Amino acid sequence: MTPPATLLNVDRVGKSFTMHLQGGALLPVVQDVSFDVAAGECVVLGGPSGAGKSSLLKIVYGNYRCDSGSVMVRDGEDTIDVAAASPRRMIRLRRTRLAYVSQFLRVIPRVSAIDIVVQAAVEFGLPEDEGRRRARDLLTRLNVPEQLWSLAPATFSGGEQQRINIARGFVADHDVLLLDEPTASLDAVNRAAVVDLILTKKRRGTALLGIFHDEDVRDRVADRVVDVTRFSAAA
Amino acid sequence: MNAPAASGYNFAYLDEQTKRMIRRAILKAIAIPGYQVPFASREMPMPYGWGTGGVQVTASIIGEDDVLKVIDQGSDDTTNAVSIRKFFEKTTGVATTTATGEATIIQTRHRIPEAPLTEGQVLVYQVPIPEPLRFLEPRETETRTMHALEEYGLMHVKLYEDIARHGHIATSYDYPVMVAGRYLMDPSPTPKFDNPKMHRSAALQLFGAGREKRIYAIPPYTDVVSLDFEDHPFEVNRFDTPCALCGASGVYLDEVVLDDRGRRMFVCSDTDHCETRRADGHRGADGDATP
Amino acid sequence: MSAALLAPEADDDRPLLTVSGLTKYYGERPGCLDVGFDLHPGEVLAIVGESGSGKSTLLSLLACRLAPTRGTIRYRMRNGAMRDVMSLTEAERRLLMRTDWGFVHQDAAQGLRMRVSAGANVGERLMALGQRHYGDIRAQAKDWLQRVEIDTDRIDDPPRSFSGGMRQRLQIARNLVTAPRLVLMDEPTGGLDVSVQARLLDLLRGLVADLGLAVVIVTHDLAVARLVSHRLMVMRQGSVIETGLTDQVLDDPREPYTQLLVSSVLQV
Repeated sequence: MTPPATLLNVDRVGKSFTMHLQGGALLPVVQDVSFDVAAGECVVLGGPSGAGKSSLLKIVYGNYRCDSGSVMVRDGEDTIDVAAASPRRMIRLRRTRLAYVSQFLRVIPRVSAIDIVVQAAVEFGLPEDEGRRRARDLLTRLNVPEQLWSLAPATFSGGEQQRINIARGFVADHDVLLLDEPTASLDAVNRAAVVDLILTKKRRGTALLGIFHDEDVRDRVADRVVDVTRFSAAA
Repeated sequence: MNAPAASGYNFAYLDEQTKRMIRRAILKAIAIPGYQVPFASREMPMPYGWGTGGVQVTASIIGEDDVLKVIDQGSDDTTNAVSIRKFFEKTTGVATTTATGEATIIQTRHRIPEAPLTEGQVLVYQVPIPEPLRFLEPRETETRTMHALEEYGLMHVKLYEDIARHGHIATSYDYPVMVAGRYLMDPSPTPKFDNPKMHRSAALQLFGAGREKRIYAIPPYTDVVSLDFEDHPFEVNRFDTPCALCGASGVYLDEVVLDDRGRRMFVCSDTDHCETRRADGHRGADGDATP
Repeated sequence: MSAALLAPEADDDRPLLTVSGLTKYYGERPGCLDVGFDLHPGEVLAIVGESGSGKSTLLSLLACRLAPTRGTIRYRMRNGAMRDVMSLTEAERRLLMRTDWGFVHQDAAQGLRMRVSAGANVGERLMALGQRHYGDIRAQAKDWLQRVEIDTDRIDDPPRSFSGGMRQRLQIARNLVTAPRLVLMDEPTGGLDVSVQARLLDLLRGLVADLGLAVVIVTHDLAVARLVSHRLMVMRQGSVIETGLTDQVLDDPREPYTQLLVSSVLQV
């Protein structure tokens, strides 16, 4: 049996912020970070608050730039370095390979909950009817009451918004999924639903990189924990 | 050429150099059918709006042997027509007529005679506003560019508005035409009823706008097509009844109010046409009345 | 449909617009210095900066309303040929501008004919292209009014009777009716109430995605840029000082000026 392919490779990544508005103060974040995530694997970033877990996730997504090192993401036959790719290349990579589920739902005011999820599927390239089928399935599995589906989520509770956000992140078939505390404001039932979704993604060969403060969730999904503290530039 | 000595003016009022300048503009206009040629319009001894453009064109082309007819709304005896005819009688001494067939030059405001014009005749129009696009595009620089580049979609916007508001193209005079397949042209405020007469007319048609300082022309036998939509084709005004005096149908009729009790009749707007027919024995429903 | 149009593959790998070395001096004073970028179909590029940063000059140059001192603007025509838009004849350029390009003004009154009906405003470009069937033109105008969420009962009303948001949506419909591939927008939400802005932006996002439009949008509002654009260019004193993915530039700004710009935004 061949070992699962490495879909994400982080190699000697370093990042600091230069705060020009504070006299050019240098705020180191992480340095010399290296790890891999293979297909079907869930790697969890560990360490206390402020260790740079979220920043690292954002670097992998290309949301933060990195000062040194490379973030290689498999794109079919190619491998793309997020740290060096053109914006245009990054947009394509995010559309087809690399997805990010943040803690907060940042959406357009008027679009209904189900359409937000469907749109994510369509952007990925799924046909609309398939996207809608998956969206219904996901919203059901995440216990979002059906009467909410056609409403815009601006007035939803934090937990409901987060579940819409998760559905949006999970609806397509991106190879690499970045999860920033997806279960933070969920109750036990819904945490379990999210764990199920993650395990399903793993079985289908998705590489997952996440931050989970909930130890129970972490234990159930993590194959490995990468302790960010040891890369912490501030240490 | 000499004007009648009594007048004290050069023949046809304008000095010879001015006439040459205007003739050059006319020749250019004939060479580019429908194109508005700028010219150095002169102050004339009549106010703008009274036909100063047409008068200058006529003055530049008229010769001692010409026979002049002047009409206003089709009539030879309204104030404007009478004044202009007298002006040329006084400054040229040429023969004048009311008979369309006898005239070599016909200066007109608002109508084209009903009797078909023939080769050798010149129809001179008095034009208030020569620019058909001005309604929607007030910038002269822009409308000139639009003419130069043949960008005429805007004219259809006006016709679209007509249909949207009235259910049909309600523009009934100043109805825009394409000349020789190239230039969009305003036929002056003639009723659209007369537009088909411009098409391939045997006569030379000259247009003079005095205040706006523009001359344009339709040479004989030139295509003149009224703009329209495929599903709202160009149509001329139709009249339900024939002329009450001469019984003519298929001509443009004026409404004449007969008294203050609301009695009215419809009669030929072309007075010469009407009189000629009656002289030939034609009679309408009210044929013995005198309008 | 939208996904197919968005997918930057095959033909779309070639840029639609290639700008290089674009420079404009007003006498001694630079308005825009050495600006260059590529724009592909389906991409939305936001240009941000303060008043006087040169972003409006850049947009005027792109729209050929201003002649550059130096530099080129190359555009991929529908036949596939890259043409320098400055070298097009005036007739070609004007045709391009009213068919394949659109321009959305901040002040809708500049982009609309305020005295003619909404339907005629939308239909004008079609008539300019030679469409001569009233019924068809009107049907397309109705369709576009619906797409920009204007009640079709208003088709015969002039934009003068419309609210600011409606006028702006009408302006967008008027531009998009010929299915242009490139649309330039100058502060399209400026001067609108916040709630109206959100609706307009949402509509814009949908149309851009559905039609696979390439858009250059000038705005001083970073929230607008974040919501609608893929890429961002930050301008200052006529130069582009920072450029990249929109979320990257806004979340991890590098240049002191960009950091100042981002930190000056009120968080809601």
